[in-house]
Amino acid sequence: MPDNATELLERPSQECTGPQSAADYADPEPAGTEEVIAADTLVEEISIDGMCGVY
Amino acid sequence: MTVTAAPLVEEFRYGLDAPICLTWELTYACNLSCVHCLSSSGRRDPAELSTAECKRVIDELERMQVFYVNIGGGEPTVRPDFWELVDYATAHHVGVKFSTNGLRITPGVARKLAASDYIDVQISLDGATAEVNDALRGPGSFGLALRAMRNLADAGFAGFKISVVMTRHNIGQLDAFKTIADQFGAQLRITRLRPSGRGADVWDELHPSAGQQRELYDWLVAHGENVLTGDSFFHLAGYGGGLPGLNMCGAGRVVCLIDPVGDVYACPFAIHDAFLAGNVRGGGGFAEVWRSSELFTGLRQPQSGGACTSCSAFDACQGGCMAAKFFTGLPLDGPDPECVRGFGEQALAAVDAAGAPRPSGDHSHRRAPASGARAVGQRREPVPVSIGPRPADGDEAIVAGQSSGIMPDRACDQNPLAGFRLPATAG
Amino acid sequence: MRAQSAPQQLAPAAEFDLDASWRLHPQVSVRPERFGALLYHFGTRRLSFLKSPALLTVVTSLAAEPTARAACVNAGIGPAELPAYRQALATLAASQMICGRTAS
Repeated sequence: MPDNATELLERPSQECTGPQSAADYADPEPAGTEEVIAADTLVEEISIDGMCGVY
Repeated sequence: MTVTAAPLVEEFRYGLDAPICLTWELTYACNLSCVHCLSSSGRRDPAELSTAECKRVIDELERMQVFYVNIGGGEPTVRPDFWELVDYATAHHVGVKFSTNGLRITPGVARKLAASDYIDVQISLDGATAEVNDALRGPGSFGLALRAMRNLADAGFAGFKISVVMTRHNIGQLDAFKTIADQFGAQLRITRLRPSGRGADVWDELHPSAGQQRELYDWLVAHGENVLTGDSFFHLAGYGGGLPGLNMCGAGRVVCLIDPVGDVYACPFAIHDAFLAGNVRGGGGFAEVWRSSELFTGLRQPQSGGACTSCSAFDACQGGCMAAKFFTGLPLDGPDPECVRGFGEQALAAVDAAGAPRPSGDHSHRRAPASGARAVGQRREPVPVSIGPRPADGDEAIVAGQSSGIMPDRACDQNPLAGFRLPATAG
Repeated sequence: MRAQSAPQQLAPAAEFDLDASWRLHPQVSVRPERFGALLYHFGTRRLSFLKSPALLTVVTSLAAEPTARAACVNAGIGPAELPAYRQALATLAASQMICGRTAS
């Protein structure tokens, strides 16, 4: 397991396994799916509260 | 014509010609001294924007079609011109939500607010009980907030916000917060504690543990349908997908901060010279700072994920919060201190905490040595202050710019002569 | 499951009446952008992101056109693209960004 950020850079092919005690996280969706979903919807909606960096 | 639409987040990362909304801290003055205050507020700054200057900023926001300002501080309602400015904003097509500890939300004020379609109110609360809340915000602050909520509810103001900063001590109160919100017909909003302002001193002991973060995420997924988050938990997206919101850092891209002296920062959690883009008092006003400042232009370039790019969670979490990394001394191109995979914790172990950047400026109420003398990690206690409106005399003189020739060289206490030393007289 | 926006049930496009008259809701502020537009509804406090300039043209011309279909045609939208635009209009109607008007 890398012990500093530089080591993460030097081993780009190593999957990040995380701490052994961490919960079993779901994998994010494979790349490309996002674009397909976005292209289907010409409208996205969020609350005015849905942006990070405001009170 | 082909229907093509890039993911929205990709568009926003490159910035917009105007913010969508922004935070505007109107004053550093505050009747409270919350231990984790992100703006280190307490005492007014002598150089705060005048009423006229504030109106010019609002004029700019109108021209730029900024939809919404989130007004805060300090406690924004202590400014004598507060209601005048709120009315000016809404009359000029800029929606207002203001964040308050409840100080001036009397029944009469609540009725006036309930009657306006373009003003929203957010009451700050950090504990579902006085015991938990007042430990952070000071004796009497829970009662002050609840009184304001009662007044708003009685006035028929449906859907005002109750905003909670999630800490180690209140994660277990999530259901109770929801109950309080339901009880007053309000909407619950929970946000992330950042190591910003006075928060830098208490972050180690207050930020949720890894287990609590997971608990928080799971709660939001299960119960958070009507709970707002200000998109402040996008760093948790690595657990299994983003929560509602843009799921990205908006700093300098879609949002920013205007502080009480007109300084423009990338984000209210990043009040530090490293994130200072300019000042609205410059020749080109706010618009020029937003559009052309070196800092914001840089933030709108493609960002390097650096050490995080190889992680399979990076697409979701985008490396987390810039401010959280900065004030814990972590590099910006590495993991967030609360990285859900534990990489932040590892990285922190290698950091010299005493060398972490200190927040710029400190407007805290004086009860302890000046901030420079404070040992890293020394905890401030909230200063017990009396509840109720302060006399406005000193305030008005300062706000109107009538300094009578005396320019205090540091933040003002209620008495505008505070800090002024007569020759041969002890302070 | 990376949700970029609030979980929204996609409004059934088939229920959106392209042949009715529509208009922008009076409480909506429109801000053109390079990718399309931002719409902010002051009543619902919702933000809609229109991700095509053509959709912006459709939305802002609704009040002047007898039907939504006519607005699409005049914006240069061909039959192949129409279903996507119908879906978009359905979403906007569901969130009250656009509303019906008595036919003119």
